[in-house]
Amino acid sequence: MKSLEELKALREQMKGKVGIRHDGDSNIRVVVGMATCGIAAGARPVLAAFTDEVAKRGLTHVSVGQTGCIGICQYEPVVEIFEPGKEKVTYVKVTPEMVPAIVSQHIVNGSPVTEYTIGASGAQS
Amino acid sequence: MFRSHILVCGGTGCTSSGSARIVTAFEKELATAGLDKEVKVIKTGCFGLCALGPIVVVYPEGAFYSQVKPEDIPEIVEEHLLKGRIVKRLLYSETVQEDTVKSLGETDFYKKQRRVALKNCGVIDPENINEYIAYDGYMALGKVLSEMTPEEVVKCILDSGLRGRGGGGFPTGKKWAFAAAQPKGIKYVCCNADEGDPGAFMDRSVLEGDPHVVLEAMSIAGYAIGAQQGYIYVRAEYPIAVKRLQVAISQAREMGLLGKNILGTGFNFDIDIRLGAGAFVCGEETALMTSIEGHRGEPRPRPPFPAVKGLFGKPTILNNVETYANVPQIILNGPEWFSAMGTERSKGTKVFALGGKIHNTGLVEVPMGTTLREIVEEIGGGIPGGKKFKAAQTGGPSGGCIPAQYLDIPVDYDNLIEIGSMMGSGGLIVMDEDTCMVDIAKFFLEFTVDESCGKCTPCRIGTKRLYELLDKITKGKATMEDLDKLETLCYHIKENALCGLGQTAPNPVLSTLKYFRDEYIAHIQEKRCPAGVCKSLLTIQILPDKCRGCTLCARNCPTGAISGKVKEAHVIDPEKCVKCGVCIEKCRFGAIVKK
Repeated sequence: MKSLEELKALREQMKGKVGIRHDGDSNIRVVVGMATCGIAAGARPVLAAFTDEVAKRGLTHVSVGQTGCIGICQYEPVVEIFEPGKEKVTYVKVTPEMVPAIVSQHIVNGSPVTEYTIGASGAQS
Repeated sequence: MFRSHILVCGGTGCTSSGSARIVTAFEKELATAGLDKEVKVIKTGCFGLCALGPIVVVYPEGAFYSQVKPEDIPEIVEEHLLKGRIVKRLLYSETVQEDTVKSLGETDFYKKQRRVALKNCGVIDPENINEYIAYDGYMALGKVLSEMTPEEVVKCILDSGLRGRGGGGFPTGKKWAFAAAQPKGIKYVCCNADEGDPGAFMDRSVLEGDPHVVLEAMSIAGYAIGAQQGYIYVRAEYPIAVKRLQVAISQAREMGLLGKNILGTGFNFDIDIRLGAGAFVCGEETALMTSIEGHRGEPRPRPPFPAVKGLFGKPTILNNVETYANVPQIILNGPEWFSAMGTERSKGTKVFALGGKIHNTGLVEVPMGTTLREIVEEIGGGIPGGKKFKAAQTGGPSGGCIPAQYLDIPVDYDNLIEIGSMMGSGGLIVMDEDTCMVDIAKFFLEFTVDESCGKCTPCRIGTKRLYELLDKITKGKATMEDLDKLETLCYHIKENALCGLGQTAPNPVLSTLKYFRDEYIAHIQEKRCPAGVCKSLLTIQILPDKCRGCTLCARNCPTGAISGKVKEAHVIDPEKCVKCGVCIEKCRFGAIVKK
């Protein structure tokens, strides 16, 4: 550590790693269905992909969590994104490859990736 | 990157209730479930709610699990971490609501607290400097070295109104200013971590939960007064604190935050640890420095004050751990931020260690001026068993008792002194109606007699005589003249003892005499202990009309003092009875009473 700038850079880098340790509800929540059906359909790599993508972009206001079965097992892996003050968005049959697009378009830029959502897949939500 | 963090309390309280086994269990279960790359286990410092330990908090949900056992871990991993369902039965009951989980900040225990000195305790991994840095660690040192002159640093601390948290309440900025005003040359910065008051553990918790804050603050102090070397004097009885301090110091050195040319500014500062052997008197500043020098820990007369002639005869500042824990935030947020909290003459917050007859035993930090009632009844959750509040003891062996009529005074340095107690380091022992005040005074005097270093006569002999008089009273052998003698001797010791230990030793006697003189008189004149504590003044009797002759008491009596035939009323032989009370606990018919 040779200068204050170096220390500040390290702080910014470390902040992302402890960002989830906050109570507060202004956060965007990404919830991955992780019941038996979800896990069997491959929810685990999806969850990991979201965690990595969020970390890579340093999105400290986003938390990635998991939930149980929401009853549409044929569409698993199911991912729901909750934004304060907005209708929740449900993505279905999510694969890790779809994750970067969801994070950049939806979470960062605010416009859901319509073709991945439950509405586009023809099911009734 | 981890999607979830499990914070397990690694403070001394939770460690002794088995938190280390919980960490191991989590690591094992997570590995079995294949979650060890997604979920991180972090051992933190104290959360404060020690009564409910071991404590585990899981983020991002912020689920606060209390009294967790190793057997519970598979369920938490399976349900919460894999499936995302919070295990409600293990949650701290205050946070459970009908359908949602209440955030910790809204519970009675936390809602009135304001965490400044304990900001990082229970939040960061104390053995990882990067986590401290993530929460603005070493930023205050950076600010001081790059933007402020030493004079500005001293002025900032002075303006904040920070007063010593170790007991005396001397303005910290003034101490720094005195030392800074000494001619250039070798100077020292010391940290008093020789926390010795029975029932006080806030300094330990800061060291265990956030050791870097002390290192950062001492470096700032070093810059302010022109010192290059610091010493932390910490009790050897605090092994976890010592270990985390050692880890913190070596990490800070490795990163160049201690040592030569810190942050490329040319400022040099290093810190070493000195272990105390557990003498209470070494918490007194002059005795502490004598001990660091390698001599027997004995106080010396002041002046010269340490700021002029301290450690190794050089100008020295000595502050307590909690005092230092406030410094970096004062630098970062400005003195006005700090002085906006608290009362007229006591600024900021104070950490109290709640103990004794209270629900939420643990550590709380509140703004100065919070009333005792708020601390005891709201944050502390009141007294168990529906008993009545009798008094609170503050300031340890140097402090006094605050009776119920003062429950509503705002707690700060000056108010406490006015009513005959003192802030002390912040130990707060709650006593209910079953506590005998003479016995409490005797307890503290016994402590002081043990801990007196013996250098000066008033303390060495005076406290012993005080103890003997109190003992006589509790045995019902004292006269009213003894009571006068007791009081005179108290004032005599206060005026003549060499150091703070002796000067304050009579305080527990004086304050109980002031508020509970009737109890002393009852012991002397009526040979009666109103609270039913002093054994010599009690007799244990069996009520013949209630005794069913079940023989349970006789079988459990350790001295064989109870005799009687089956189905006939039993009797206790007062000669053999040691008044241990086992028979009272065992009797199913409430037939045995203390009188």
